[in-house]
Amino acid sequence: MIVPLNHILLLSGLLFSLGMFCTLARRNLIMMLLGIEIMLNAAAVAFVGASLHWQQMEGQAIVIFILAVAATEVTIGLAAILVVYRRTDSVDPDMDAALWEKGGSR
Amino acid sequence: MSILTLLFYAIALLIVVATAMAVTRRNMVHAVLYLVLSFFGTAMLFYLLGAPFLAALEIIIYAGAIMVLFLFLIMMIRLKTLPGMFFPVGQLLPAILISAGFLVVSSVMVGRNPAGWAPMPAAQASPLAFGVYLFQTHWLAVEIASMLLLVALVGAYVLGRRVRGPSADAREEAP
Repeated sequence: MIVPLNHILLLSGLLFSLGMFCTLARRNLIMMLLGIEIMLNAAAVAFVGASLHWQQMEGQAIVIFILAVAATEVTIGLAAILVVYRRTDSVDPDMDAALWEKGGSR
Repeated sequence: MSILTLLFYAIALLIVVATAMAVTRRNMVHAVLYLVLSFFGTAMLFYLLGAPFLAALEIIIYAGAIMVLFLFLIMMIRLKTLPGMFFPVGQLLPAILISAGFLVVSSVMVGRNPAGWAPMPAAQASPLAFGVYLFQTHWLAVEIASMLLLVALVGAYVLGRRVRGPSADAREEAP
């Protein structure tokens, strides 16, 4: 006998809120992407716990797709961050220049 | 209280502490290394919850591939002036409120489910059974996931190309 499902869900919720805080509060595009990874991982924990609770393998199958989505998201996200960095020399999400056309004025 | 229960709480503590350290580190390399520790803990948790194949995938893909990708990017860029670590208070406060609010709401919702308080029996899905199940029931979704990864490959190539000046296109179009 191991723990009840609710303890796993509470752990998952705590991880999710940590990732959400990282995404919302950090002033760095790379750390924001890292926060999204933490949130996806928290969702995976919840799915595996639910899979054990109902003795179904659906939950574990979903985790495979979460992994695929996480890999896709981090690849595209890091490439986009690299483009922004080349253009503005900064990974600050509060940047001024990257959101405007080159040579444009506010 | 069995040994598995104790193991679960120890691993949960490890994951939460490592993640909390990761989201508050100023040095991004340290943050990524703490997150690798957190993903190793998650892999142990998956094994404990009866998903040994997913535990292996978690280490290979999350801790191995994704975090190394982050490390590559951190090594590629050289930040001249580090931006402030957190947003100013006017923006930090809503972030704390939203994440704390999510935590409270989700805890209340989870706590209202009485069926979830009974301890679960341990079980294990063997990788063979899991693979057979995945490819018999969700083969279409697996194909769609492979298409998604192909899109990511092409997209990363297109985004990562060196951007040439506008004259390059004109030269290519000229006969």
